[in-house]
Amino acid sequence: MNFFQALTLPFIRNALMAGILSSVLFGIIGSVVTVRRIAGLAGSISHAVLGGIGIALYLNATGKVPGLPPLAGAVVFALLSAIIIGYVSLKGKQREDTVINAIWAIGMSIGVLFMAKTPGYTDPSSYLFGNVLLISNQDLFWLFILDIVVLFLTLRYYPQIEASSFDEEFTQVRGIQTQRIFLIILGITAVSVVFLQTYVGIVMVIAMLTLPAGTAGYFAKNLATMMIGGTLYAALFSFGGLAVGWILDVPVGAMTVVFAGAVFLGTAGFTLLRKKIARRKKQQGNS
Amino acid sequence: MRRKVESDVSIEMETSGQVPVVLRFSHVGFSYESLPVLSNVSFHVHEGEFVAFVGPNGSGKTTILKLVLGLEQSQEGTVSLLGGNPKRTRSLVGYVPQHASYDRMFPVSVGEVVRMGRLRSSLHRYTKEDDRFVQEALEQVDLSNLLDRPYSNLSGGQRRRVLVARALAVHPQILLLDEPTANMDKESETRLFETLGRLKGKTTIMIVAHDMSIVSAMTDRVFCISSHGQEGLGRTVVQHKMVPEPEDTMKLRVLHNEDIPGDVCPLKENEEQQ
Repeated sequence: MNFFQALTLPFIRNALMAGILSSVLFGIIGSVVTVRRIAGLAGSISHAVLGGIGIALYLNATGKVPGLPPLAGAVVFALLSAIIIGYVSLKGKQREDTVINAIWAIGMSIGVLFMAKTPGYTDPSSYLFGNVLLISNQDLFWLFILDIVVLFLTLRYYPQIEASSFDEEFTQVRGIQTQRIFLIILGITAVSVVFLQTYVGIVMVIAMLTLPAGTAGYFAKNLATMMIGGTLYAALFSFGGLAVGWILDVPVGAMTVVFAGAVFLGTAGFTLLRKKIARRKKQQGNS
Repeated sequence: MRRKVESDVSIEMETSGQVPVVLRFSHVGFSYESLPVLSNVSFHVHEGEFVAFVGPNGSGKTTILKLVLGLEQSQEGTVSLLGGNPKRTRSLVGYVPQHASYDRMFPVSVGEVVRMGRLRSSLHRYTKEDDRFVQEALEQVDLSNLLDRPYSNLSGGQRRRVLVARALAVHPQILLLDEPTANMDKESETRLFETLGRLKGKTTIMIVAHDMSIVSAMTDRVFCISSHGQEGLGRTVVQHKMVPEPEDTMKLRVLHNEDIPGDVCPLKENEEQQ
């Protein structure tokens, strides 16, 4: 069965849908995270999510809270770590990166500890690296809702998002509640990370938040075109990852990230080379 | 007196003599955690004045700037900007920050940066009228030909003038510039002062800088953040007399040996003499 025939299979169709729906979030949130330089914060939140997943699995399997979905625990942990990180970066400037790294490590450790005590076999690797073949209709529904929310907020508040990302202080003087914007961005990033990890996993969400937007950033003339370009690149990478993953029978999430990384590095190298040549030509022109 | 400004903020300013006071610090004290930065700072600025605040790095210049803009709150005394709490009235200030640590990879055009001066909290989309303000502001700094250029392609001096244009797009009551000539080439500096010269008298201009070279013939008053701060006490603000520089008519010499208390008003002095 070739890849195009495989598209008729329900789980491949779901994976493809998830890739497309995720692209919108990767493109838009990824651009904002990149230009605001808060990718480290997003990375910390996405890893801390494992703690929530571990606790939810444990509570479910031991019968303490039967039927508790792992994603519920993940959302709680994502928001909790977003609140702590948001508070620390707004209030105490000194130890911001230490706190961010601590949340990263503590979250993951809690996850490992609870998974170890969960009866039956729990494999953390599908959460860490994603498993596109396990994407449910419910996951697609939540991704769709998030897409709608993010698109609406971006269209409604684009000038405020653009200005506060570029120059927070000036924007605040213009009478905009920049701290509120920052916390909302952090909260939405946190929730999105939970649903995005179904495609590429906890470890690599941050790659897909930064690489497509970063690639688009080399050509984009403003934040809006960076968002659109990032979305298109993310869709291309997910589709490519799914196709190659299926054909070579390798994990799709990892393939997607390799694909994204290769294109990003290639673009970066190409841009650097082009600049160098332009500079040399200019020097020759001068002499 | 009461005036309705283009924005929703209506302001009521006190008057001293004939000219309204746009900024008043009354016995302002500010400490950062337990470190006193400013103590008993009193001064006021009149509408249309061109004033400079000068003090060495780490003297509390940035703190004064943040207090003016309501980005920090004083623990003692009051700051009144355009007759009200800075948090309410600061949107009438055209602020030109240093913006030194900006992200060079940020994709944005010159026009889009200037357009941020038109930002309001309720804003959905920038309008045609906003674009007109942008054009006009870029003309004032002689950069209208760069409207569509990427902001990161400009020289440091050009970028600073774009930030001045962004502040002018506000149509501000007060223009507040933070170290405007830092890392600026000579040509941009000259052009900046040409722009400021055209605005003098129409807009109140306040410049914050670390060295006296910022003081030009246009400057009406110089406030110095006093260097002789006492141990355990914050610094205060004094004024210095200025006389024309004999060799350079564009510059003024600041007489450091004569301190005038910050709140003394030269206009009143003149009235008394008459």
